[in-house]
Amino acid sequence: MAGQDALFEYLLRLGDNALILGHRLSEWCGHSPALEEDLALSNVALDLIGQTQLWLNLAGEVEGKGRNADKLAYLRDARDFRNVLLVEQPNGDFAVTMARQFYFDAWHYLLLRELTGSTDSRIAEIAAKALKEVTYHLERSQEWVLRLGDGTEESHRRMQEAIDDLWVYTGELFDADAVDAAIIRDGLGPDPASLRDLWLGLVRATAEEATLSLPQPGWAQKGGKQGLHSEHLGYILADLQFLQRAYPNATW
Amino acid sequence: MYAQMVKTGVDHIQSKEEMSPEERAFQERVDADIKIEPKEWMPEAYRKTLIRQISQHAHSEIIGMQPEGNWITRAPTLERKAILLAKVQDEAGHGLYLYCAAETLGVSRDELLEQLNNGKAKYSSIFNYPTLTWADIGAIGWLVDGAAIMNQVPLQRCSYGPYSRAMIRICKEESFHQRQGYDALTKLAQGTPEQKQMAQDALNRWWWPSLMMFGPSDAESVHSAQSMRWKIKINSNDELRQKFVDQTVPQAEYLGLTVPDPDLKWNAERGHYDFGEINWDEFYQVIAGNGPCNRQRLRTRVKAYEEGQWVRDAADAYAAKKAARAKAKAA
Repeated sequence: MAGQDALFEYLLRLGDNALILGHRLSEWCGHSPALEEDLALSNVALDLIGQTQLWLNLAGEVEGKGRNADKLAYLRDARDFRNVLLVEQPNGDFAVTMARQFYFDAWHYLLLRELTGSTDSRIAEIAAKALKEVTYHLERSQEWVLRLGDGTEESHRRMQEAIDDLWVYTGELFDADAVDAAIIRDGLGPDPASLRDLWLGLVRATAEEATLSLPQPGWAQKGGKQGLHSEHLGYILADLQFLQRAYPNATW
Repeated sequence: MYAQMVKTGVDHIQSKEEMSPEERAFQERVDADIKIEPKEWMPEAYRKTLIRQISQHAHSEIIGMQPEGNWITRAPTLERKAILLAKVQDEAGHGLYLYCAAETLGVSRDELLEQLNNGKAKYSSIFNYPTLTWADIGAIGWLVDGAAIMNQVPLQRCSYGPYSRAMIRICKEESFHQRQGYDALTKLAQGTPEQKQMAQDALNRWWWPSLMMFGPSDAESVHSAQSMRWKIKINSNDELRQKFVDQTVPQAEYLGLTVPDPDLKWNAERGHYDFGEINWDEFYQVIAGNGPCNRQRLRTRVKAYEEGQWVRDAADAYAAKKAARAKAKAA
């Protein structure tokens, strides 16, 4: 795959992950278990929206067709989105949201750490900024996995269920395709497979401390990175893109 | 004035002679603009009134997250989405400061939330109106936050220390919100014909409820007089409402929007705008629970609280386990 095409795809993946997860977290605002969580979840969502702007603006620049972050976020259909399936999964209860966040944060943290060494200084710079934020995200979601896993009987049951239910979406994080091959070749980013053991170590240690058990590695649901999504994404986009679609060419 | 018609529990204003020595000393401190702090003696009615006022304000911030939160997932650009999310987040923060200020008066956040959830406590009438279009988000920032600022700026000087300090922090953020709201509406007013129509429609729907936010005339109210004596209310409702109209009408003109009041006109003699009669029947109906969204707002709040119970329980249980382990380790 040609370098520029792969880079564009890769940047969409980074930007879309942040966009869709930020969107999901923003759905909690005003509905969370405590005011402190309304504040904290919004903080994480705001960080992710900021990262979306950086990645997608860079994607538009690389593509060279005059699309900026807003055009990419608001005017593509589901089949053109490149986020992993994990981030589009519905919020569920607070345990599902935190399990999703923890799986993602652990991976996101490891990935960004590698990307700070990218041969493309634009990628390295965004990654360095995002890494600071995501370090805190990981700390927070890890703490919630501990609290809920080792809290009450009910919270333990819910957390275990969430950990089990979302497991099938974690395999995709480490799956490499032609885009990744080109990225690795050009020294732009790491081999996704190389993050797997570190991730597993981190997740396992936290799960153990939280008295939770991890499912066995097995069949992975994938396709999001290539634009094959779950039914959920369409509804996210229906909300997200409503105004831009209903009033084409208006500025806001 | 996220707090409306706060009762003081008094039936007349005491003269100096009627006051006990403690009450007299207290009133003298208030008169001398000395802040009252949590540990100091205060009349029971002052304490209770403040709890009512501060908690009503806090509840308004929390319920107020809903109408605006309604558009977070549908904001039209990434920047607008971030601004709106940050704004609603600020409101959660304001709620927190205010519950903390109320806690200094000897009531817990849980007790206050219980009163909100069971419908005993009130919150501002304005949040029982729906946000139907994106322009409503701009209108809320411009009008609702604008009206709130009118009331809250003077309250920065109120007699109760923790409330006054909370107001100082809140006012800084509210004026930022108001500017953002006005900016969002400016974009619409200068946009396509559909956008301009959307902005006008939002002004039409939010204008009168915004004027109602200040509450009915309280010139004759003993509660209002008592609150002013205690310096936990600084201006009368009518004064603030007039100030709001005078400030807002030129802003609407600048946007090219029409204020939906045929009786609105500049009165050179008074140096103020005259404006039409407010529909107080509607106001009392909304206060009584019959606004377009009262049931929905409360139900949403109760649902979030109830569904979060197991999470709060888990956090408590975990903290207790952790403390016990640390203790066992130290022993």
